[in-house]
Amino acid sequence: MDAAIDVRHLRKEYGKVVAVDDLTFVVPRGAVLGLLGGNGAGKSTTISMLLGLLVPTSGEIRILGEDMLRHRFRVLPRMNLSSPYVDLPHRLTARQNLAVYGRLYGVADLPRRIDQLAEQLDLGEQLDRPFGHLSSGQKTRVTLAKALVNAPAVLLLDEPTASLDPDTADWVRAFLKNYQRDTGATILLASHNMPEVERLCDDVILMQTGKVFDRGAPADLIARFGRDTMEEVFLDMARGRQRSVEELRKVEAAQ
Amino acid sequence: MTAVEAQHGSALRRVTALVLRHWYILRGSWLRIVELAYWPAVQMVMWGFLSQFLANQASYVAQAAGILIAGMLLWDVLVRGQLGLSISFLEEMWSRNLGHLFASPLRPIEFAAGIVTMSLIRTVVGMVPVTLLALAFFGFSIYSLGWPLVAFFFTLQMFGWGVGLAISGMVLRKGLGAETFAWAAVFILLPVSGVYYPISVLPGWLQTIAWALPPAYVFEGMRAVLANHAVRLELLAGALLLSMVYLAIGFGCFLWLFNGARRKGLLSTQGE
Repeated sequence: MDAAIDVRHLRKEYGKVVAVDDLTFVVPRGAVLGLLGGNGAGKSTTISMLLGLLVPTSGEIRILGEDMLRHRFRVLPRMNLSSPYVDLPHRLTARQNLAVYGRLYGVADLPRRIDQLAEQLDLGEQLDRPFGHLSSGQKTRVTLAKALVNAPAVLLLDEPTASLDPDTADWVRAFLKNYQRDTGATILLASHNMPEVERLCDDVILMQTGKVFDRGAPADLIARFGRDTMEEVFLDMARGRQRSVEELRKVEAAQ
Repeated sequence: MTAVEAQHGSALRRVTALVLRHWYILRGSWLRIVELAYWPAVQMVMWGFLSQFLANQASYVAQAAGILIAGMLLWDVLVRGQLGLSISFLEEMWSRNLGHLFASPLRPIEFAAGIVTMSLIRTVVGMVPVTLLALAFFGFSIYSLGWPLVAFFFTLQMFGWGVGLAISGMVLRKGLGAETFAWAAVFILLPVSGVYYPISVLPGWLQTIAWALPPAYVFEGMRAVLANHAVRLELLAGALLLSMVYLAIGFGCFLWLFNGARRKGLLSTQGE
């Protein structure tokens, strides 16, 4: 398997608190993996480690074949991030923000690329307004444009539709689905939004208190938990109603 | 979608990207530009009138017109150097932008080079109009210092950048609660910098501290030029050497604190 992201025994401790514990997973090139878990499950911590913003306590991370802990600058030009927890400068217009990040990522023919993204993400008049004056939905689209400015081979999305109204959130999901289909990018999506995960992800890792609780395609997880939706699966995990993974696998094997 | 060729880009392009980011903010607000010259102008006018008064009273000041104004202007070069760098760093903290920046191919040394460049731009934009005001109000031209002015300027800027980088690292590590240091830290050096009086007036132990810092060499060198029309190369050399050492120490501190922030996960969580 040609892995875009290869994580082995990843662990992050903050003093006595273990935020991520022995996390191992592989994301094939062109796949969309969802990290699903409640608050404090370790999703954002994992994304920060994948980007080199956070140094793991132990473990290995290889992205596009490069060792991220030693040679992150070799691969960062081919990655990008969208997160509601990291902002863009409010006083800069959307166009100025894209110009700055386009230069940071070394994008060729930047004005054309910005126009292209503005058209795809329907930025239009927002392009020349200060980022801080935009609505949440408009900010999300600009942040997505920034995340796509270098046409990344690996895209990390941390709760990309948090705080958006249902209509805008649906638009963003449709855009991401189309973008992934058209470009073949590898996407890692951290979310606790179940419809989003069901719609976008080929594969899902359920995380709880920093550990992998279970993994599988959304439909497989739903079947394994004996539920109808991912939301019910999530609630089973979060509220401790689930049978143990071993039990579930036995049931699955029997079926 | 048309394929976009994402080149890896040079370090220079990344540095200019960061400069561009801060230039957009600076040029977008005339208030920010005025603010750069505001305090230097107020101080220059105050010290200018004080100099005029003292010129008739004190032989030391009378023998070299403009010595206090020159001291004030060069001191502000140091202050603007440190503050200009710290403000660029604080802008990133206030806007919660560090996570995006350091998830990009921007290296810490390129980040430092970007905010150093911006500090230089802020200092020039702020100080040049004030030097012209000094000429208009009091007939004193800082440019009469000649070529040593260039050495004084860059020495003080480098020292200011070193202090600014160390403070920026501390703010990154300790959060915006430590922001006050960014605004005030350099002023603790004023009494031992010999800006308005010779280092020889200090007690012996303070003189030792003063000569361990570049400003003492600059301001003694400045007085030598203005009062005796002598360029003391040993002072210039000492100032340049020490400034480079402090700049290296400042960047080392920044890098150390930056790596600590990466271990603690502060890059993506810092902000107002």
